[in-house]
Amino acid sequence: MYIIIIGGGKVGYYLAKALLDEGHEILVVEKDPDRTEFICGELGSVCVRGDGCEVATLTEVGTGRADMFIAVTGDDEDNLVACQVAKHKFNVPRTIARISNPKNETIFKTLGIDVTVSSTNIILEHIEEEVPTHPITHLLDIKDKGLEIVEVKIPPHSTTIGKAVKGLKLPKGSVLALIIRSQKKPIVPTASTVLQAEDQIIAVTTPESEEALRTALRGS
Amino acid sequence: MKVVIMGCGRVGSRLAGLLDIEGHDVTILDTDAYSFRRLPPDFGGTALVGNGTDEESLKKAGIEEADAFVALTQGDNRNVMASQIAKHIFNVSKVLCRTYDPLRRELYNTLGIETFSPTTIFAQMLKEKLEAEE
Repeated sequence: MYIIIIGGGKVGYYLAKALLDEGHEILVVEKDPDRTEFICGELGSVCVRGDGCEVATLTEVGTGRADMFIAVTGDDEDNLVACQVAKHKFNVPRTIARISNPKNETIFKTLGIDVTVSSTNIILEHIEEEVPTHPITHLLDIKDKGLEIVEVKIPPHSTTIGKAVKGLKLPKGSVLALIIRSQKKPIVPTASTVLQAEDQIIAVTTPESEEALRTALRGS
Repeated sequence: MKVVIMGCGRVGSRLAGLLDIEGHDVTILDTDAYSFRRLPPDFGGTALVGNGTDEESLKKAGIEEADAFVALTQGDNRNVMASQIAKHIFNVSKVLCRTYDPLRRELYNTLGIETFSPTTIFAQMLKEKLEAEE
């Protein structure tokens, strides 16, 4: 695959390195001359100096035949424009934009970017998971459907311990998919499954009913 | 007419002043409060510190009730991003955008954003001026 990367910062450089190892044809477009020289010195002639938002630069690097276009500069608006130029001017089938401000995720989707990766959200989620008292952990977003898979831990003194699943006031659209108990096999919960302390519950929910699901499972 | 202008540079501040005199309801956004010194002393509109590519700032500026949005910062990409937010997220009926890069102007015009490039306009004007004086 021919993949064009806009931005030769840390993300761009390591991404290029990883994709080169996988055998792809890579080209990095970077504004800064020193950085361009550094990348060419490290990875071979895979970096061109230029503005990845400019039609002229993108024509020069053969964007028309690119299979994938990834914009990973530190500026959200630059990544948006680079991807839009690639998509609308050069018909690149798949565009990916890095975003720093999580608020821009829906905006970019509305404006036709195929995939967005929010570096801020990813870092936050990983740190959240490491906080032992954190009541709800995001495991996966099912973006097109507006659903997410989360993990909820039942604390030792929760008021819901001893209750059966059918007695819980689960919000609409939320489903308990799995219960993991220490040292035992995971169980698929049924209406009569009774909650125990330290249960790890994997559930499917929507971002809006996350809070209601937490209350239903852990008590208030 | 309620107009939100993003970028209080020479053009933005002047446009804000002109519209204000004619009785329009003008809100001008800039990330730097120091830029508001360019507004005329009797400016009757609202000057707001904020980033036009941020939905919250745009809401504070009243974008939801605005009839028009004009993007006039120094950054082409910032301008087209803010213009697209105004048009596609907030459904503002008239959106005008400045990009210095003529090729980007062409692209965003085809994507439905009314974009102007001072580069093209000014170069054309100078050419005509030179030819007229020959």
